[in-house]
Amino acid sequence: MFDYETIRLIWWLFIGVVAIAFALTEGFDFGICTLLPLLGKSDVERRVIINTVGATWEGNQVWLILLGGAIFAIWPAVYAALFSGLYVAMLLVLFALFFRPAGFDYRSKSSNPAWRNAWDWGLFIGGTLPPVLLGVLVGNLLLGLPFHLDQDLRPFYDGSFWALLSPFALLCGVISLLATTFHGALFLKWRTEGVIHDRARAAASVLGLLLLISLIAATLWGMSAINRPEITQMAGTSAASNPLNKTVIAAGPGWLYHFLAHPWMLFAPVLGFIGLALAWLLGRGQSTAGAFLMSSIGITGVLLTVGFGLFPFLLISTTDPRSSLTLWDATASHTTLLLAFWITVVFLPIVLLYTRWVYKVIWGSVTEAAVLKDSHTLY
Amino acid sequence: MFGDDVVMLSRMQFGLTALYHFLFVPLTLGMTFILGIMESVYVMTGREVYKDMTKFWGKLFGINFAMGVTTGLTLEFQFGTNWAYYSHYVGDIFGPLLASEGWMAFFLESTFVGLFFFGWDKLSKVQHLVVTWLLAIGTSVSALWILIANGWMQYPVGAEFNYETLRMEMTSFADVFFNPVAQVKFVHTVAAGYVTGSMFVLGVSSWYLLNKRDVGFARRSFSIASAFGLASILSVIVLGDESGYTSGETQKIKLAAIEAEWETSPAPASFTLFGLPDQENERTDFAVKVPYLLGLIATRSIDEDVKGLKELRNESAERIKSGMLAYAELQKLRSGDNSEQTHQRFDAHKNDLGYGLLLKKYTDKVVDADAGMIQKAANDTIPKVGLLFWTFRIMVACGFTMLFIFAVAFYHCAVRNADQKRWLMRMAVWSIPLPWIAAETGWFVAEYGRQPWTISGVLPTHLSVSSLSSEQLWFSIGGFALFYTVLLVIELYLMFKYVRLGPSSLHTGRYFHELQVAQGR
Repeated sequence: MFDYETIRLIWWLFIGVVAIAFALTEGFDFGICTLLPLLGKSDVERRVIINTVGATWEGNQVWLILLGGAIFAIWPAVYAALFSGLYVAMLLVLFALFFRPAGFDYRSKSSNPAWRNAWDWGLFIGGTLPPVLLGVLVGNLLLGLPFHLDQDLRPFYDGSFWALLSPFALLCGVISLLATTFHGALFLKWRTEGVIHDRARAAASVLGLLLLISLIAATLWGMSAINRPEITQMAGTSAASNPLNKTVIAAGPGWLYHFLAHPWMLFAPVLGFIGLALAWLLGRGQSTAGAFLMSSIGITGVLLTVGFGLFPFLLISTTDPRSSLTLWDATASHTTLLLAFWITVVFLPIVLLYTRWVYKVIWGSVTEAAVLKDSHTLY
Repeated sequence: MFGDDVVMLSRMQFGLTALYHFLFVPLTLGMTFILGIMESVYVMTGREVYKDMTKFWGKLFGINFAMGVTTGLTLEFQFGTNWAYYSHYVGDIFGPLLASEGWMAFFLESTFVGLFFFGWDKLSKVQHLVVTWLLAIGTSVSALWILIANGWMQYPVGAEFNYETLRMEMTSFADVFFNPVAQVKFVHTVAAGYVTGSMFVLGVSSWYLLNKRDVGFARRSFSIASAFGLASILSVIVLGDESGYTSGETQKIKLAAIEAEWETSPAPASFTLFGLPDQENERTDFAVKVPYLLGLIATRSIDEDVKGLKELRNESAERIKSGMLAYAELQKLRSGDNSEQTHQRFDAHKNDLGYGLLLKKYTDKVVDADAGMIQKAANDTIPKVGLLFWTFRIMVACGFTMLFIFAVAFYHCAVRNADQKRWLMRMAVWSIPLPWIAAETGWFVAEYGRQPWTISGVLPTHLSVSSLSSEQLWFSIGGFALFYTVLLVIELYLMFKYVRLGPSSLHTGRYFHELQVAQGR
C-alpha cells in the first residue's frame, strides 16, 4: 500500500498528532491540578475545580500512555534511548503521576480536612512536575542529548540528570507549565460560574501574558542556542533501520537557517503566536469556548514548531552525532508500520467519536450547588 | 556484560512492580463483569436493590481501579527505562501489541469509567448499562493484548532476526495473534480475574450475612458471585494454563521443572503430586506419583514422551553450539561479507542465535567459548526446580479450594439455604486472599520459569537491561518501595472502611447503619 519511506513519514505525522492530543487534553488536566490549591479557597470550591475534569481525566491520560506505546512500536530505538537515558527524570515524572489516580479517587472518600488538603497538594504535584519535566525534556530534544549507540545498537547515556537543567531547557520547562496552567485556566473558566470562573479568568490573563513573553524569549534565544547537526551521507529513506549507517557532522547550520530554508514551516510558529495571543485577548473578555479553542491552536503551533525544527531528527546526539536517531533510520519494520497504521486508521476515529459522546453527556457548568447535592457520588 | 547487580536489581524491580500491579488487575477484571451482571439484572427487573448493588460494589471497584491505573503506568515506562535493549531488540513485535492495547482497550475502559461513576443521572438505564459493559469489555480486551505480548515472550512465533537492523522483526501478525500459548494464557488469566472478583464479592457478602446486616442485599450478591465464580473457576481449571506447555523449548523446560521431572520417563509419564525436589543431586525425594497423568496433561496422548530436564539441558547445549556458529556468521555479515555461502550458513543457524547470546555472560566474543562455558550456559537454561515446583502447587491448591467453595455455595444458593450455612460463609470470608495468592504464584511460575530468557530462546535476560548504574536502580527501587507501601496502606484503609460501611455508604437511607441511626440505636 505505502512504501517504506511514505509510511515512515506518515508515522512521524501520526506521532505528532498523538503528542498534540496529549498536550491539549491532559494539558488542561495538569493545569487544573496546578491551579487547584491556588484558586480554590474552601473545600467545596476545590471540589468544583476537581469535578470539571472528574469524569474525563482518565480518558485524557490514555493519550500519554498511547504516546509512550506508539513511540515503543514505531520508534523502538527512541523509546529505548530516551527512557533509559533520562532515567531519573522519567521516574520523577512517573512518581508525580502516581498522585493523580489516588488523588482524584480517594480525596472525597474521607471528610477529614487534613486528608483532603493533603490530596490537593498531591494533585498539585501530579499536575505540576510532569509538565515542567516534559518541557525540560523538549528543550533537551532541541539542544540534543549526550548519548551513543554501541556496535550492537545498545544505547548508552553519557550525561547526568542535573546536566538536563540547562538555562534554555529550564525556560522550556517554564513555558510548558505556563501553557498547561493557561490552557487549564481557560478550561476552568469555561466550565464554571461565579467566583471560580472569575478567578480562572484573572489567572488566565496573567498566565497568558507570561506565556507569550517566555515564548518570544525562547524563540529569540533558540535562534542562537540551537545548533542542528547535518547529515552528510545516509543509506536512504527506505533502507533498513540502522542509525549507524550514516555520517553526521555536529554543527550544521542553525535552527533559524533550517526554517528559512523551508519557509513554509514558518506557519507553525506563526500559528503558535497568533493562537496564544488571541487566546489571551479573548480569555480576558467573556469568551470561553473561543479562548480555549485558540489556546488549543496556539499549543498545536508551538509543538509543530518543535517537530519541524528537529526534522528529520528525532533524537540528536551531542556526544556522537552519528548515533542521532532520525525518522528514516530509527523506525520499526515496514510490516509493523503498516500494521500499526491500519489499526490507528480504524481505531482513532472510533476513540474520537465515543470520547466526544462522553464529553457531550457530562458537559455543563459545575456549580457548588451540584457538588453539594451529589456530595457522596462526586469527587 | 553488565554488573550482575544491575541485572539482579532490574529483575527485582520488574518483579516487584509487576507483582504489585497484579494485585489490582485481577479484581478489576472480575468486578467489572460482576457489575455488568448486576446492572443487567437491574435493567431487566427494575428492582432498585440491584442498582444499589452495582453502585456499592462499584465503589469498591473504584478504590481498586485507581491503584491499577497508578501501577500500570509504571509498567509502560519500565520497558524503556529499565529494559532498553529488550525494547530495541523486540520493540518491532512487542510495541505494536502495547499500542493496540492503548487504542482498543485503555481508551475504552478509561473513557467509560468516568461515565460509570458520574453518569447515573445523565444517562438512560440502558445507556448506563452499555457504558458498564463497555468498561468490562475494555478491561478484558486489555488483558487480551498484554497476554498476547506475554505469550510471545514465552513462545516467540511470527518473527525473525534481521541482521541489518540487529533485532527481531515481525513476519506474521496472524501468527503472533493466534499464538497458542497466548490464547491459552488469555483464557486462563482472564477467568482467574473473574474468580478473584467473585471470591471478593462472595467473601464480603458472607461477612454481611454472618453479621445479619443488609441480608437481602448480601444474599443477592452472594448468589451472583457463586454462580459467576463457579463458571469462572471451572474455566480456569479445565482450560488450565498447562495445556500451553507443549509449545516451544522453554515451555517444555518449565513444565519439566514444575513436575520436577529430571529424567525422561517412558510414555505415558506419571504426574508427581508431591515430593522434595533436590536441585544439587537432580532428583526428587519422597515423590508421590499418579501414573499416566502427566503424559495425558502435557501431550494429550499416552504414547508421547514428556522430556526430562537432563535431556532438555543436553538439547540446550547443542543449540548453544549452533548459536556460536550463528553468531560467527552474523559478525561476517555485519563486516560486509555478503556472499551466498555466509547467508546460507547464517540462515541455517539463526534460530539458535539467542542460545549463542547466552554465552555473553561468560565471554563477550561468544565464538571463543570453551566446553566449560557452554556447560555453564546450558545449566543456566534449567531453572530452580524447587521454587517452581512449590509455587505451582500452591496455585493449584488455591484453585481447588475455591472450586470447592464455589460449588458448595452454588448448590446452597440453588436450594436456597446458603445463609444458614455459617461454616460456608466463614470459609468464604477467610478465603478472600486465595485468588490473590493463586494469581501471584501463577505469575511467578510463568515468568520465573522462563528464565534465563526475557524472550524464550531469543534474548537472554542479562542482555535485556538498560545501561544503568546500580545507584540509579536503588533510587528507583527506593521510590517504588516508598510510594507503593504508602499507597497500599491507604488503599487497604479505604477498602476496609467501605466494606464496613457496606451499602450504607450510598446514603440511600435504606441500609444498616442509616436504619440504626433512624431507629435511635
